[in-house]
Amino acid sequence: MKMNWKQVTFVAAACAVCASVFVSSANAADWGQYEVDDRRSGFTYMTDESRAMQVDSFQNPGMIWVEQGAELWTEVNGKAGKSCASCHEDATAAMKGVAARYPVYDEGAKTLQSVETQINHCLENNMQAEPYKWESTEMLSMTSFINNQSLGMPVDVKIDGPAAEWYEKGKAFYYERRGQLDMACKHCHEDNAGGIIRANTLTQGQVNGFPTYRLKWQKVGSIHRRFRGCNKQVRSAPFGYGSDEYLALELYVKWRGRGLPVETPAVRN
Amino acid sequence: MPSLKSFIPAFAAATLLASVATADDHLVKYEVVDYGIAKSLTGKAGDPAAGEKAFVNRKQGNCLACHQVTKLSAHPFHGEIGPSLDGVAERYEEPQLRLQVVNAKAINPDTIMPAFYRTDGFHRVLKKFKDKTVLTAQQVEDIVAYLKTFK
Repeated sequence: MKMNWKQVTFVAAACAVCASVFVSSANAADWGQYEVDDRRSGFTYMTDESRAMQVDSFQNPGMIWVEQGAELWTEVNGKAGKSCASCHEDATAAMKGVAARYPVYDEGAKTLQSVETQINHCLENNMQAEPYKWESTEMLSMTSFINNQSLGMPVDVKIDGPAAEWYEKGKAFYYERRGQLDMACKHCHEDNAGGIIRANTLTQGQVNGFPTYRLKWQKVGSIHRRFRGCNKQVRSAPFGYGSDEYLALELYVKWRGRGLPVETPAVRN
Repeated sequence: MPSLKSFIPAFAAATLLASVATADDHLVKYEVVDYGIAKSLTGKAGDPAAGEKAFVNRKQGNCLACHQVTKLSAHPFHGEIGPSLDGVAERYEEPQLRLQVVNAKAINPDTIMPAFYRTDGFHRVLKKFKDKTVLTAQQVEDIVAYLKTFK
């Protein structure tokens, strides 16, 4: 019997799903690289279908943004007549490890830089180009592409030296109740991770897979978009994209997931 | 007699306390005794049928977001992070049920459960919810009346 291309793909996908069902039911507690001590990636709370979608780069819908980012990388932009590649050359080498160690304290700029703010710093200062808007297609493509170069590398952010102040600020935010529903991050993501609210399983709120393709969004989104969504859900006024509050929280939450692999672009509900 | 110098900070502290205490002034006053509120917030009995509506309404009680109730299994997606409310009227008296809904933090300061009849002490509330309670005093009474049917 001959199968056409579509049938072959379907059978392959079905096998992948069956295999992952078999593996997870055979040994539910062993999550491999997705679990480090008591820290669990959101990957471990998803359905087998979402997991299969994430790990197969041909099925992963977030790879569209990664591919768009690869194109932007070599595109000349700004008055300096440069592209990212003019200075950084091969992204697979130059950007490898960035997602694992960011956000980092920048001694020159005297601030904490996330991948987004670092990109805009480069665009404005080195390329003399317009900065990207935080949640724009260009920014999401570039961050997806850059972070994807660290796929599988363990998260390892610096929280000492000048970063310590930011870490403490982020930690205070994490434990502070907010909004009319009066909840802190910890009430869902520390006290009740694995529990179910409505139809949703609460996770530890790890950020090792951002930008993440959310099925709910039907696109990839930034960490700060997710923070804003969480804050609004507890009926609290959100902070701005790129605000010091969210940069500090990003560093703290990233530290909470130390050792977990970079999964960009992760697939989540 | 205290000197004027020591009097001023004491006066300022008293004013500060007074201003904190006035934040909930537009709400019905109640007294907490033995981890409960004995009197109805509205002075009348709640309506259990109206209580069921407010209980399941996702913009009001939204109680099923966290709690399971067997007799409401026709409503999909009961959360699991709060305890089952089956038989809750056999475990708690009406005053305790009322305080639990009004301000669960008066019983367990670390609980995730929101206070449904409180406005003070909150941080960065979205504008449209500012100085508003999640439930009205009557909705609290209706939900308490409904919970009393959980036997």
